[in-house]
Amino acid sequence: MIPVCRLEDLPKGESVRVETTPPVAVFHTDDGDLYAIDDTCTHQDASLSEGWLEGSLVECPLHAASFDLRTGMPTCLPARRPVRTHRVTVDDGLIHVHLAAEEGTAA
Amino acid sequence: MRTVTIVGASLSGLYTARELRAQGYDGRLVIVGDEPHHPYDRPPLSKDFLTGRADEARLALTDAEETAELDAEWLLGVRVRALDARARTVLLDDGRTVSTDGLVIATGASARRLPGDSLAGVHTLRTLDDALALREELARGPRRVVVIGGGFIGAETASSCSSLGHAVTVVEAAPLPLVPQLGADMAAVCAALHRRGGVDLVTGTGVAGLRGTATVTGVDLTDGRTLPADTVIVGIGAVPNTAWLVGSPLAVRDGVLCDDGCVTALPQVVAVGDVASVGGHRAEHWTSATLQPRIAVTNLLAGRTVETADALPYFWSDQYGARIQFAGRCRDDDTVRITEGGLSDGAPAEGGFLARYERDGRTTAVLAVDRPRPFMRARRELARDAGEKRMPSVTP
Repeated sequence: MIPVCRLEDLPKGESVRVETTPPVAVFHTDDGDLYAIDDTCTHQDASLSEGWLEGSLVECPLHAASFDLRTGMPTCLPARRPVRTHRVTVDDGLIHVHLAAEEGTAA
Repeated sequence: MRTVTIVGASLSGLYTARELRAQGYDGRLVIVGDEPHHPYDRPPLSKDFLTGRADEARLALTDAEETAELDAEWLLGVRVRALDARARTVLLDDGRTVSTDGLVIATGASARRLPGDSLAGVHTLRTLDDALALREELARGPRRVVVIGGGFIGAETASSCSSLGHAVTVVEAAPLPLVPQLGADMAAVCAALHRRGGVDLVTGTGVAGLRGTATVTGVDLTDGRTLPADTVIVGIGAVPNTAWLVGSPLAVRDGVLCDDGCVTALPQVVAVGDVASVGGHRAEHWTSATLQPRIAVTNLLAGRTVETADALPYFWSDQYGARIQFAGRCRDDDTVRITEGGLSDGAPAEGGFLARYERDGRTTAVLAVDRPRPFMRARRELARDAGEKRMPSVTP
């Protein structure tokens, strides 16, 4: 379980990159949901935390591949492989990411 | 249409095949490619592939499952020789012919060559085989590398070579590289990145010739100097692959001439990617090659131009640990204003910057170094404004 930041420090529509190995991106959607996925686009080396968040989709800032934050699945080319998703919890106002590998659940 | 043939099995050819199937074409699909490889992505060749961070499998643009779904006949490792438009036939180099109702020209471009570049140690970097040969040579130990041409391929290759520990010099004939693409101000900023990588940039002098008998030993410059070299990489642009169309009714002038909808003078022939001169512009951008196929296929299947390609030009370059992104169309007389971040000693400062190109109070283009998020916002605004500006001239 990795602490990310306080909930109020990640406003809706914003994202943050967690420097794990591999790095993870945490998103706070406009609807108020929190999602975490692997930060690196599966197409080429680009950080999805820098991407364009719309609903529960994030668009890669380099080549406009899009991923569904809920499932990690790519919704359009050029990405064809999913990113891993990670569980997010808020405990006492602090956002935590539970890495998929730690929980033994391959995404 | 019962047969559609795509000549060219790279990025735009593959995207066209996908679009044909996605738009409901269920006839025979033939894909001809001069390289023996299935479609692969070229941008990493000068970057992660050259440095060994990415392997061949990472370059693949498609997989067995998708290939099966496309249900195409792949004729790989064979060049096209000619188009017989009247007979609606494509002639291949090995003597085979393909009769076809529709034709997609996606033959791309080839690296421009230099006289005498058949010496060992002289490379171009365009194809997977080019990159494999260069990578293998660079693995033999520290070398003196001269990169001829300071454009994006030249700069990226120089950056990769330097990160591998080689001593690198870049030679650029113009006083400054990338001025046509970026304008003088930003070209100077990007040129300063070479310093960051410890690479010598020699500008304002051409190449008089290459030295060596069997293997290259140096590069003679027009100013009289000679740069000793073990490896020379020629990065002086690309020429569209149109030789096979000589004698066909298609007009060729720096690419295959198409209207704004990628349609040539023949309605059953469309062109996409690096080889296509669409509405008078030929772009060698990855993004164009992925966006044009949708328009081209729509028009091919309609038998006339019903949609036009008007995407905002976009390209990126990774060099010396910096990511450069550019969108829009800039001109020499645009004013350039840095609106976020800044410079340090003429080079991008830590954290990069965002610059806007402006003319008559409007933003014409945006450039960012290491500022992907603001760049993405600015690029979207630019695309939206361009769309609004164009709207009044659109006829239903």
